[in-house]
Amino acid sequence: MAEVVITRLVDARGSMCPGPLMALIGAVREQKVGDVISVYSGDTGSRTDIPLWVKKAGHELIALRDHEGYAEFVIRKMR
Amino acid sequence: MKRVVVLGGGVGGTIVANLVAKKARDADVTLVDKTGKHVYQPGFVYVAFDGWDPKRLVRDERKLLRRRVKLLVDEVVRVDPKGKQVHLRSGTRLPYDYLVIATGARLAPQEIPGSEVAYHFYSVECALKLREALAKFGGGRIVITVGGVPYKCPPAPAESACLLDYYFSKRGIRDKVDIHYLSPLGRVFPLETVSPTVQKIFDAKSVRYTTFFNAERVDPEKKVVYSLEGEEVPYDLLIMIPPHHGAKFAKDSGLTDAGGWIPTDKYTLEVKGHEGAIWAIGDATDIPISKAGATAHYEAKVVGENVAAMVDGEAPIARYDGKVMCFCDAGFHRGIAMRFDYQHPPVPPPLSLKWYLGKVLVNRLYWTIVPKARA
Repeated sequence: MAEVVITRLVDARGSMCPGPLMALIGAVREQKVGDVISVYSGDTGSRTDIPLWVKKAGHELIALRDHEGYAEFVIRKMR
Repeated sequence: MKRVVVLGGGVGGTIVANLVAKKARDADVTLVDKTGKHVYQPGFVYVAFDGWDPKRLVRDERKLLRRRVKLLVDEVVRVDPKGKQVHLRSGTRLPYDYLVIATGARLAPQEIPGSEVAYHFYSVECALKLREALAKFGGGRIVITVGGVPYKCPPAPAESACLLDYYFSKRGIRDKVDIHYLSPLGRVFPLETVSPTVQKIFDAKSVRYTTFFNAERVDPEKKVVYSLEGEEVPYDLLIMIPPHHGAKFAKDSGLTDAGGWIPTDKYTLEVKGHEGAIWAIGDATDIPISKAGATAHYEAKVVGENVAAMVDGEAPIARYDGKVMCFCDAGFHRGIAMRFDYQHPPVPPPLSLKWYLGKVLVNRLYWTIVPKARA
């Protein structure tokens, strides 16, 4: 993780499902291939829908980190 | 006199202006709207799928405002929060003590390459074009897709799939029409607790669906829509909910996030960084709840109360709890109702005539009750 440079941070804390996923999809549309997006989400539903979408869309889930009160999803845009 | 300026003559802005004018005697209230026309947007689907006369959806904003509210038909170019004034297209500079931004969302279909061939029902004109296309449609694949999230009225695409089923059933050619809904999310309906109900409705109506399909581009010659996720779906008639953004002036004024939405406190509805001076409601905000008229309606009542209190030198104590109430028409005189807030997700009742009639009632009583803040 140390060498991964976050290109864009999407702070979706306080947003209810499917808000964090929607915010991620919006960011993926705007970023370039190879960019790394970090999403903060306090919604438990994100633990299911973000990894599922990332897999279907062909991107890479680099890390899923737990913080106090929220989870951090680190995603690389692959295509 | 305190100068209260409201930007936008939709449901939210109209309610705020009327409430402040009613409750605060020392308020000088001005509402700015680009067209001076108030449009009842929930009626768009009925123009497209049920032959409604578009005149039913449009009224003069002036007739919906209390006499004390001044109406300026002009376009907002920029807000200057430091100078506390609004710059208008005509060159007018409008000073304010309290500003309420209720300018909704704008459509950006051009962001999806090839989508000029797609239809939608997010304006009177486009609903009419869709109606004409449907009237000529004799059979084939109708695909409903979403060009970007968030978009206004999250249930609308699923509702339109049901109304298409009803429309072609009435025409007696339902068996010749394949209705395929492409959901941008991992389920067929945005609200998790309601999605299983909608899925059952789709199954009963033979509406096909694909999840996690976010439209990226359209090939008009091949008649194929492609997704961000790498899938492709052929169509004969394409309905695409266009990408949405906040008003351009808000972005030009440095009031928005990257998506063009205004960062807003979800309880007080004050614009972050401009507390006590600027509020935002409805589609314009970044608050993660439905962009819908019902949301703007309930938010407007909170902001109207609080701005009126501040004009009168009182503390603004009203808070928005995330309340939204809406009805969905599933066709065949059946509907569902959803009521929820920040703490309580919706518990959908069964599909029933009662909730269809609820929608009919709102459609009929809207002009009498809602803009004038009687409910």
